[in-house]
Amino acid sequence: MQRDTRISRGRFLKVMGAAGVAGSTLSILACQPNTNPQQGGGGGGGPEEKKLNLYNWADYVAKSTVPGFEKETGIQVTQDFYSTNEDLLSKLRAGGTGYDVIVPSDYMVEIMIKSDILLPLDRSKIPNFKNIGENFRGLPYDPNNEYSVPYQWGTTGILYNKKELGQLEDSWEPMWSPEFEGKIGMLNDERETPGAALYKLGYSVNATDDEQLAEAEAELKKQKPLLRGYFDSTQNRPLVQNGDLLLGHVFSGDAFLVMSGNEDLDYIIPKPGATRWTDNMCIPKGAEHPDNAHKFINYILDAKVGAALTNYTYYNTPNDASLPMIDGALKKLPGYTLEPEVFDRLQVIEDVGEATRKYSRLFTEVKSS
Amino acid sequence: MGERKGRGWSLGLAGLLTPVTIWLGLFFLVPLLFILAYSFGTSGIYGEMTLGFNPGNYLRVFDPLYLEIVGRTLVIALTNTLLCLLLGYPLAYFIAFKGGRWKNILILLVMIPFWTSLLLRAYAWVVILSGNGIANRTLQFLGITDEPLLLIFTPQAVTMGMVYSYLPFMILPLYAALEKFDVRLKEAAQDLGASRWHTFWRVTFPLSMPGVIAGSILVFIPSAGEFVIPNLLGGARTVLVGNLIQAQFLQARDWAFGSALAVMLAALLVGAIMFYVRKVGAEKLEGV
Amino acid sequence: MGESKGGPVYKGKVTDRALLLFAALIYVFLYAPILVLVFFSFNSTRSTQVWTGFSLEWYGELIRDQSILDAFRISMIVGVTATAIATVIGTFTALALTRHRFRGKTFADSAIYAATVMPEIVVGVSLLVFFVAIQFTLGITTIIIAHVAFTISFVTIVVRARLSGMDRSIEEAAQDLGANPIETFLRVTLPLILPGVMAGALLAFTLSLDDFVITFFVAGVGSSTLPLKIYSMIKFGVSPVINALSTVVLVATMVLIFGGSSIFMRKEKA
Repeated sequence: MQRDTRISRGRFLKVMGAAGVAGSTLSILACQPNTNPQQGGGGGGGPEEKKLNLYNWADYVAKSTVPGFEKETGIQVTQDFYSTNEDLLSKLRAGGTGYDVIVPSDYMVEIMIKSDILLPLDRSKIPNFKNIGENFRGLPYDPNNEYSVPYQWGTTGILYNKKELGQLEDSWEPMWSPEFEGKIGMLNDERETPGAALYKLGYSVNATDDEQLAEAEAELKKQKPLLRGYFDSTQNRPLVQNGDLLLGHVFSGDAFLVMSGNEDLDYIIPKPGATRWTDNMCIPKGAEHPDNAHKFINYILDAKVGAALTNYTYYNTPNDASLPMIDGALKKLPGYTLEPEVFDRLQVIEDVGEATRKYSRLFTEVKSS
Repeated sequence: MGERKGRGWSLGLAGLLTPVTIWLGLFFLVPLLFILAYSFGTSGIYGEMTLGFNPGNYLRVFDPLYLEIVGRTLVIALTNTLLCLLLGYPLAYFIAFKGGRWKNILILLVMIPFWTSLLLRAYAWVVILSGNGIANRTLQFLGITDEPLLLIFTPQAVTMGMVYSYLPFMILPLYAALEKFDVRLKEAAQDLGASRWHTFWRVTFPLSMPGVIAGSILVFIPSAGEFVIPNLLGGARTVLVGNLIQAQFLQARDWAFGSALAVMLAALLVGAIMFYVRKVGAEKLEGV
Repeated sequence: MGESKGGPVYKGKVTDRALLLFAALIYVFLYAPILVLVFFSFNSTRSTQVWTGFSLEWYGELIRDQSILDAFRISMIVGVTATAIATVIGTFTALALTRHRFRGKTFADSAIYAATVMPEIVVGVSLLVFFVAIQFTLGITTIIIAHVAFTISFVTIVVRARLSGMDRSIEEAAQDLGANPIETFLRVTLPLILPGVMAGALLAFTLSLDDFVITFFVAGVGSSTLPLKIYSMIKFGVSPVINALSTVVLVATMVLIFGGSSIFMRKEKA
């Protein structure tokens, strides 16, 4: 019996019914109330809701930080997380708004200022700014602290096995030494690792000159066969601990975390140059609760809160008033408290504009070689 | 059986296809159009997009550095697919035919490890394969080696990691295809005097082809876009197309070029799949 | 390779044993990192790779850390909802593509494959731009929508593997006996393709649970899933709290599965 593949009336109605249900569900889903966040930013006109949307790295606040703020101000904090500065920028640029406080790193603050996505800060609402040390005010990426306030800072140096290698000189040479072949780990970061080559050559970490960049690329290609790989700082840390690596290119906090209680490891900040980086608090345009955001920033700059923060994260604080309350053990770790002459040779990674793509291509070439 | 098959459009067909059309139409094709538009645009240094007609992004793809990366990626994806097939088929066969009433549990057990974060499992592999890790210690204990071998952060570790990640993508469709298999066909073949191997190769395997094809597609395509495993288990010493595209969107802030790369990759892969499917015989995918 | 080993029965046993051994080895391969993961949930310092001693502190912290529990809850909601929707839609699509020939079929096929090809960052960014353009508020709903969008194709492909070459005689018999298409589908077709549908659902769920890139871009305020929290921890180090959570979920799942099935099997016996 040949079945007619055209539809009978009953079937037609059933199918249309199903389609109708599907269609209306979707339309309901699509008709969300239009809370266009662009309208929320920075105006007076009524008190803000007691809410704050914090967008930060995971585990970058002490256990007491947020509950303390909530208790003190009655403002409910929602925390969300991003994993890199670039992710943060991409999301904000593509229109992902709703966040009140973000925590970008130095060069990213500069890029965000140039992209006009930050709200200027009202310093009258941040009296605790006076706690910030001289060395951390007016950094090149935001010379008048119009848009950012420092949060934590640190250096990028070399964590190594002192027991096996003995005390090393403050130099980048060991990272290029054939003696340690297969036991060296560099950072998988397209500014820090080319930066290390630039430092070694005596250039600026923000070099844009093609010749200098070519030299850096050659150095890195020379280095690659000696490396175990390019890792995250948090991966270099257990590798050095375990002995899989003898030397690891790391951020200071990672070094301090594994050095406390472990005399076998040491951290050096190489000559002639090394990076000092700073993470900052900013308020993106379109923030719905800018007033609360200012309150939060001010709260973080409180001496006690700043100390608790640093004692948890193991990075350095820009807050002079917090210094007396930092764990003694932490302060004594090599590379934590810096002498002025060490400070002077540290460089800040800045936005290099057009040259960013040169660095990106450089690093891709090296990794592909 | 042919008359039952629908020819041309009917409302039943339309009903079945409406949901996917709306969903993919809105949430996949429209974003895809955005990306196509971007690929012909120009990205400023800070990511500002100027739309227009700029074929330059596509021309940049033909840079030897990038072509090498694409080539390498395809080889790795292909190898991965073959390995997953070799390792996954026996397991799917085992569960489908020898699983009995434990079938469902066995299949679930395959998937459960993948409900934990890949990051954690990658870190675990680093522990297992490191100099002092279980793998090396076992080898030394068994007397096979005297010194720790370099196991982790090697190309072999990346291969293993990829197989590890994508095995379920092969096992599930294979299982789905094998499980419907009528055991009587096998018995009939053996009654007629065929050996076990013969039965498998001439009866079982061909009938499982839809599963093989589906599994191959589900492994090959995502493998080509992989960017996490080479970093976590390979020490970032290999750059694959996935890493390249990520870098364009994130570090280089060159969405235009990144989009062009993505479109080229998609065209390449979809083209390859359509060719593969046609070659292997589209009827195998149909309910003829 | 004829009958020289001594007859098909003997050879059968050898192959069977080899198959069993092989399967066991694969399971060991799949679970080895899981065991390590569980092991480190009991570590006494904040490392997921260097063992320093035994401690239960991470389990304590798990109970106290609201943000992780929230993230887990959201991941579950998204996972279950997206899987349900994607499975239904994917199955319909597979039925349509396998059993009908129509104009534009090649386009449909390519679209399904293309959906699995798109790099995640491309899908994520473009969906975000799209949602913002139509002024659709970001939140859990957008995550679910995005997850359905990228898993539908996987479900479709798996279910098609099941449908292809399937014997339609039972369905035809049912229709000959007067059942309408919907009844035929629910009572005959669906049970026959169920293992394929379940496999597709399993795949969709698994993909949704660990998705980071797409989810990152389309998530709204307060809708962080577990992967968003975990991948964000890379900057300072993933805390063993995550290991503790994974262990708890693992144990709970195993208990449910084995407990559930033994009840089920006892019922069957009786």
